[in-house]
Amino acid sequence: MNLILFTFIVLLGFTSYYFGRRKAYTIQSTNKRLTALPQFYGYYLAIWCAIPAFIIFSLWAIFEPTIVKLLILSDYSNQGYLDDELNLIYEKTKALSRGQFTGEITPFIEASAEKYLSLRSIAQSSKAVIVLSIIIASVAYAYKKISSNSRTREPVEKFLKAVLFTASLAAILTTVGIVFSLIFQTIDFFKVIPLFDFVFGTHWYPAKAFVRDSSEALDPTMYSDTFGAVPIFAGTFFIAFIAMCVAIPIGLMSGIYLAEYASVKVRQYAKPLIEILAGIPTVVYGFFAALTVGPFLKEIGNSMGLDVSAESALAAGGVMGIMIIPFISSLSDDVITSVPQSLRDGSYAMGATKSETIKKVIFPAALPGIVGSILLGVSRAIGETMIVVMASGLAANLTLNPLESTSTITAQIVVILIGDQAFGDPKTQAAFALGMSLFLVTLCLNIVALRVVKKYREKYE
Amino acid sequence: MNKNKEQLLNKRYKAEKRFRLYGQSAIFMALLFLTIFIFKIFSTGYSAFQKTWLIVPVTFDAELMMLEQNPSKEDLNDADYYDIALKSMADLDPNANEDQENELKRMVSYFFEREIKRELLNDPSLIGKTKDVYLTASDDLDQVFKGNYPRDLPEDQRRVTDYQLKIFDQLVELGKVESKFNLSFFTYPDSREAELAGIASSFMGSIFSILVCLMIAFPVAVLAAIYLEEFAPKNRFTDFIEVNINNLAAVPSIVFGLLGLGILLAVFQLPRSTPLVGGITLSLMTLPTIIIACRASLKAVPPSIREAALAMGASKMQTTMHHTVPLSMPGTLSGTIIGLAQALGETAPLILIGMVAFVNTIPGSPLDPAASLPVQIYIWAESAERGFVEKVSACIMVLLGFLVIMNLFAQIIRHKFEKKWS
Repeated sequence: MNLILFTFIVLLGFTSYYFGRRKAYTIQSTNKRLTALPQFYGYYLAIWCAIPAFIIFSLWAIFEPTIVKLLILSDYSNQGYLDDELNLIYEKTKALSRGQFTGEITPFIEASAEKYLSLRSIAQSSKAVIVLSIIIASVAYAYKKISSNSRTREPVEKFLKAVLFTASLAAILTTVGIVFSLIFQTIDFFKVIPLFDFVFGTHWYPAKAFVRDSSEALDPTMYSDTFGAVPIFAGTFFIAFIAMCVAIPIGLMSGIYLAEYASVKVRQYAKPLIEILAGIPTVVYGFFAALTVGPFLKEIGNSMGLDVSAESALAAGGVMGIMIIPFISSLSDDVITSVPQSLRDGSYAMGATKSETIKKVIFPAALPGIVGSILLGVSRAIGETMIVVMASGLAANLTLNPLESTSTITAQIVVILIGDQAFGDPKTQAAFALGMSLFLVTLCLNIVALRVVKKYREKYE
Repeated sequence: MNKNKEQLLNKRYKAEKRFRLYGQSAIFMALLFLTIFIFKIFSTGYSAFQKTWLIVPVTFDAELMMLEQNPSKEDLNDADYYDIALKSMADLDPNANEDQENELKRMVSYFFEREIKRELLNDPSLIGKTKDVYLTASDDLDQVFKGNYPRDLPEDQRRVTDYQLKIFDQLVELGKVESKFNLSFFTYPDSREAELAGIASSFMGSIFSILVCLMIAFPVAVLAAIYLEEFAPKNRFTDFIEVNINNLAAVPSIVFGLLGLGILLAVFQLPRSTPLVGGITLSLMTLPTIIIACRASLKAVPPSIREAALAMGASKMQTTMHHTVPLSMPGTLSGTIIGLAQALGETAPLILIGMVAFVNTIPGSPLDPAASLPVQIYIWAESAERGFVEKVSACIMVLLGFLVIMNLFAQIIRHKFEKKWS
C-alpha cells in the first residue's frame, strides 16, 4: 500500500512536470514573455505536487504505528497492567492480525486484533485521501501561480539550494548521531560504576557482570573491581606504540627516499605499490597476523628459550605497523615535496651533502607536517579493530611485555557486543563507555593533527 | 691538516651513502612485506579452488529406496536415499565391521545422500542399475589429498583414522579419487562443514550492503559537496561543517558500528544482521570520503568555465548544475569507487550490528540476514577446522580481486574522462 502510494506520488510529480512545461509553451504562444525557461515551470509544478504530499506521507508513516498502539492499548489502560505486559499484548495483537500467532488466543486479544485491523484499514484509506487532497490543493495553487506567469525560477532554485544545504547537514547529523548513541549508555554506565573506578581501576573482567535476570536488583558492590579500564587503555597504547615503532622508521625513511632520492621511474612504481598496503582490508591483516606472524614469533621465541604467547602484542602491533607504513610514507612524502626548493638550493650552495640537507634543513622545516602525519597514524593504530581482535588476546592483562597477550579498547568492544546484547546491562554499557573514550581520544588526536598539517601548509603556500 | 679534511669528507660521504641505504632498505622492507603477504595468501588459498571427489559405485536398489514399480517424479523426490547411500559407502570394504562402516560414511560429506538423489533425478532410468557417482570427500580427506594434512601425526591427534586413510589410499590407487574445480565454493552458502562451505551468502550480503551504501552515500555526498564548494557562505557554520567532515574521515570504523547499534537498531528498530543496516552504517563512513573527493574535483574545474556560463546569463544554479558538476563527475566517480572499495573491506562495524550471525541461506533482498565477505573471512578464521584455513585465503583472494578491479576501474575513469586544464 505504502509502495503504491509512493509510486503514485512520484508518477504524479513527473506528469506535473510535463503539464507545467506545456503550460509555459501555451503562455509563450500567446506572445507573452516568459519569466523563466519553460522547464522551470515544470519543475515548479512538480515540486509543489510531490514535496508537500511526500512530507505528509512520511510524517504519517512515522506516527501511525504509535497512534494505533495508543488506541489499541487504551482498552487495557485501567486494568493495572505493567508497561512490559502492555507491550506484549500489543505484539500478540499484531501477530494475530497477521495470522502468525501461535499460542493461546484469548477473546481480549482477538477483539483487539479485529480492532487493530479495522484501525489499520481506516488509517490506510484516510492516508490515501489526505495525501491525494494535499496533492490536488498544492497543484491547484501552483498551477494558478504559473498561469498568471509569476516567477518560477527563483523559488525552484531556492528549493534546490535548500536541498543542497540539508545534504551538507548530514555530516553534522552523523557526528551528533555518534555522540548521542554513545552518551546515554555511557551516562547509564557511570551511574552504576563510579567514574573513578573506571579510569583508575586495574581489573577488567566484564564477564563477571552478567545479569542473569533483568529483575535482579543492580547491586553496585557486585561490579566493584570488574570495570577498571587501566589494563585496556595501557594495552591500547602499548600496541599502538609497537605499531609506531615499526611504522615510523620505515614509513618516514621511504617517504624521504621517495621525495628526495628516487628517480621518476622508481617513484612511479614504488609509491602505488606501497599504497596497496593501505588498501588491504584490515581483516586480511588480522588473518595474516594470527595465522603466520603469531606462530612464527612463537617458534622463534621457543628456539631462544623465551615463552612467547601465540597471541602476542608484538604480532598484532607489528602487523598493524605494516598497515600504517603507507599513511606515514605518503603524507610525509607530500610534506617534504612541498618544502620550497630555495631551502634546498641554499643548503647545497653551502656545500652540504644531500643527506645533510635533508637532516638539517628539510626535516626541521617539514617537522610539523611529519608530526601531524604521525599523529594521524597513531589515531589509526588506536582505532584499529580487526587485527587486534584476531591476533591479540582477549583477556585484559596489565603488562609491558610485548611477548604476552594484551587487549585493547576496540577488541573489548567487539568481545562484549558480538552476539546478542541486552541494553541496560552494565556490560553492554561498558562497551559504549569504551567507545566514548575511544571517540574522544581519536577526536583530540585528529583535531591536533589536522590543525598542525593545515597550519604548516599555509606557511609555505 | 689536509689529511684531516679528507677524512672528514670521506666520513661525510659515507654518511650520505648510509642514509641513502636506509631509505632504500625502508622501501625494500615495505615491498617485502607486501610480497610475503600476497605470496602467503595465494600459497594457502589456491588449493581451495579445487575440491576432492570420491567416485563410489552406487546401486540404485528400488527396494531399499522404498520405491514402487514405475515411480513418478514425486515418488523419486520423496524416496529414501539414505540407505543406498550408506550401503554404497559400506560396500567399499566388504569386511568392514559396524564401527568401520561408520568411519566409511564419514569419508564423504553429509550431503552425500543429496548428491546421490540428484544423480537419480537427472536420470530416472538408473533404478536397479549401478553407477559410479561423484561424492564430495570430507574436508579432512580433502586436505590429505591436497597434502595440507600431516599424515605422520599419531592417530589420536588427527581427525582421520588409520582405517579411513587405508581405504582412501586404495581408492587413490584405483583412480577413484579426483580433484575438480570447486564450483560449490562460489554457489553454496556458508556451512559448518568446510567441504560444503561457500561464499555465495556472504557475497550477496556484500553486494546488497554496497548497493545500499552507494544509494545513500553518493547523492547525499555529492549534494553536500556542491553546497560547500559552490554555495556555502564563508562563515563559522560552514567551517563547523568542514571540521565535522574532516573529523568523520578519521573516526575509527568501530565507532560507526556503535552508532549503527545504538541508533539504527536500538532507536529505529531496523532488523538486525541485515545488509540494509550494514549499508546505512557503511554509507555514513563513506560519506566524508566521497565529499572530499567531490570537492577536490569541483575545485579543479577552472573559474573560467563558471565565468563563461555566468556571462551568458546563466544563473548560479544553472552554471553549477549544467557545467561545473558534469565536468567534475570523473573525479567524483573515481572517489566514490575508492570509498566503496574501502566500505567493501570493512569488518568491525558490521560485526557490531550482528552481521556475524551464521547464515546458511543465500539472502534475496537487503532485508534478509546476511554476512559479508570480510565478515565471512573473520568467521572462518575463528573456526578451528583445518579445512577452513584454505577457504579463508581463497575468500581473501576473491575480496582482493574485487578491490583490485574497483581500484582499476577508478583509475580508468580518472585517466580516460578527466579533463586536464592547463
